[in-house]
Amino acid sequence: MSAPATFFAASSRWLPWLWSLAIIMLLIGSVWGLAFAPADYQQGNSFRIIYVHVPAAILAQSCFMLLAACAVIFLVWKIKLADMVATAAAPIGALMTALALFSGSVWGIPTWGTWWIWDARLTSMLIQLFLYLGVIVLRGAFASRDSGSRAASILALVGMVNIPIIKYSVDWWSTLHQPATFTLSEAPPMPASMWIPLLLMVMGFYAFFTALVLMRTRVEVLRRESAKQWVRLLLNIVPERASSVHAASVQAKDERH
Amino acid sequence: MRREPLIPLAESNAASTGSLGAAMAATLTRDLRQALRRRSELINPLAFFALVITLFPLGISPDKALLATLAPGLVWVAALLATLLSLDGLFRQDFDDGSLEQLLLTPQPLPLLVLAKVVGHWLLTGLPLALMAPLLGVMLGLPSAAFGVLMASLALGSMSLSLIGAIGAALTVGLRRGGVLLSLIILPLYIPVLIFGAGAVQSAVAGLPSLPHLAILGAMLALALLLAPLAIAAGLRLSVNG
Amino acid sequence: MSIQPATDAAYSAPPLLAVEALSCERDERWLFRELDFMLSGGEILQIEGPNGSGKTTLLKILSGQFNDHEGEVYWRGQPVSRARGDFLASLLYLGHQPGIKGALTALENLAWYQALGGVVDRVAGVDSVNAPWAALAAVGLAGFEDVPAQQLSAGQQRRIALARLHLTPRALWVLDEPFTAIDIEGVAALEQLLLAHAERGGSVVMTTHHRFSDPSRLRRIQLGGNVDGQRPALDEESA
Repeated sequence: MSAPATFFAASSRWLPWLWSLAIIMLLIGSVWGLAFAPADYQQGNSFRIIYVHVPAAILAQSCFMLLAACAVIFLVWKIKLADMVATAAAPIGALMTALALFSGSVWGIPTWGTWWIWDARLTSMLIQLFLYLGVIVLRGAFASRDSGSRAASILALVGMVNIPIIKYSVDWWSTLHQPATFTLSEAPPMPASMWIPLLLMVMGFYAFFTALVLMRTRVEVLRRESAKQWVRLLLNIVPERASSVHAASVQAKDERH
Repeated sequence: MRREPLIPLAESNAASTGSLGAAMAATLTRDLRQALRRRSELINPLAFFALVITLFPLGISPDKALLATLAPGLVWVAALLATLLSLDGLFRQDFDDGSLEQLLLTPQPLPLLVLAKVVGHWLLTGLPLALMAPLLGVMLGLPSAAFGVLMASLALGSMSLSLIGAIGAALTVGLRRGGVLLSLIILPLYIPVLIFGAGAVQSAVAGLPSLPHLAILGAMLALALLLAPLAIAAGLRLSVNG
Repeated sequence: MSIQPATDAAYSAPPLLAVEALSCERDERWLFRELDFMLSGGEILQIEGPNGSGKTTLLKILSGQFNDHEGEVYWRGQPVSRARGDFLASLLYLGHQPGIKGALTALENLAWYQALGGVVDRVAGVDSVNAPWAALAAVGLAGFEDVPAQQLSAGQQRRIALARLHLTPRALWVLDEPFTAIDIEGVAALEQLLLAHAERGGSVVMTTHHRFSDPSRLRRIQLGGNVDGQRPALDEESA
């Protein structure tokens, strides 16, 4: 049985758990964070946006690391499943980056009185969004999917090497030009009633992200393997005569795994 | 045509592969010689550089004091865009005429041959841009004390720009309309070089030591020299065989 | 798919090139599957097949450019991936495009290839300085040595590339449609050149629709392909 088929069978068992975990944590975290956590003594209620902003920002960074890890696995060991995961994850990573940018600029209104400020963290986020877009667009630009996969993998690795350098440069540039009074990057010391919901939100985002990536990877698996026997059996597009026998054997294999 | 190969195979099976240095030098001189025979293409990035700088006073204000504060950033951004413009052609012609394929098939290590090509690109664009920059600095009212640092930062930084940009050029050379895509994937990676390059000139204008900036630019160049050729080689292999 | 040796001559040395269970899949479509063949010194292998059957891809695999395939290619008994340096030093590949720079003269173009492949000091009594002149003369370009290649015809540019066959001594020639754009006289000479290479123990792999007048050293391999353009269902076990 091929790796994508094994993955397809296994992921269908993981997904319900992941979804329930994500929903429970996100529900508790957001209600607690938005309604019950105490207001910040300096920023008042506007600080509550960190319950969205911080998890999104963390996910945005983690997702790029995932892309780079998938790139190594795909380029070195030629495991196509890794590339399918990268294909599925990149748009979600870009979305998380956009969410972090949006929540950051919404937070800018009460804090700085303007939608956009060249804060170090927001600027790095913006650059990271461009990196994501580059990877996504480059993949789509090739007529051959295999070529697009390798190009996107190489670019993801190059981006991964550059992200720390970009962050460092932008931080340095930002401190030189405008010592910010508030930044979203350094959270002040928080009481437990503030950070426990934040932790829940972060974990909830991770679970949500994982579930989403798995689902999209499953779609990608089906798309790429659509000509293979196991997918045809799954979708009942094989001649009647053969299907019953094969379906039974596929099921037996599924259970073994 | 003659009927027999000139070289007996018995000798050839000893497989002379020549020296790496000779291969790199030949690649470099080939690119330089070819560029010097098509001088109009050499002028393009320089003319672009000058034109973009001309646009800023027209678009912002001819006020000397204002322009002088903007000058370090403007010159650097214009130089960066001029480099980017020239990058699309770095491998394009070799790709079209089949010599890129041949470059990939030599027994010599590809990253080093590619490095020779990138050095050629820098000699033909980055270095002339750096030499031309003081002229544009004068037009923008940049204090003459900063000219040395401007040239040094551009010379040092543009080599990094060539190296990083060549990664994008290698990845997009097989695509019919790779130009716009090239900017999208390369410009974010240029930001650190821009920050420290323009920073060096700014601190020179302010009378502060600019050596730390130049040192960081040098460090970035060292890292780019080490890693970029590997990524360029991988990109070329993919583009040629994709 | 396997091929019997075309001649009964005994080749005692290990085959120059051996291909085992070579399959290539591009974007979930099999270009070819389970190719097995060997190529010994003195043989010319002609790869035939309709457009899109993977001829060029097979040449790229055989010339070590493309390694995204299943199965193994052996060079003198060793996997190409492990004997890459030795393999590339014994290989001369001419692709679809001649690899000639229009702005440079024929001699300058050859000089770059000489530097890449290593200059042979003395070549059958010709030193490395005179060798390119002799090679250009051999492909009928005497008198065009110092003319920029862009002023030459497409056929003449291809001849510059073919001059490398005279200039760079390599055991294995991999040629993608070498007869393209060559005139009748040139075709006959090239055919003789290929046969002479084989006679001296060299090997040639090429794609061409050209019919050799002397097929004694020739072996053919037919890539079937799916001419009707249908995507065959892939077998799960081999995926």
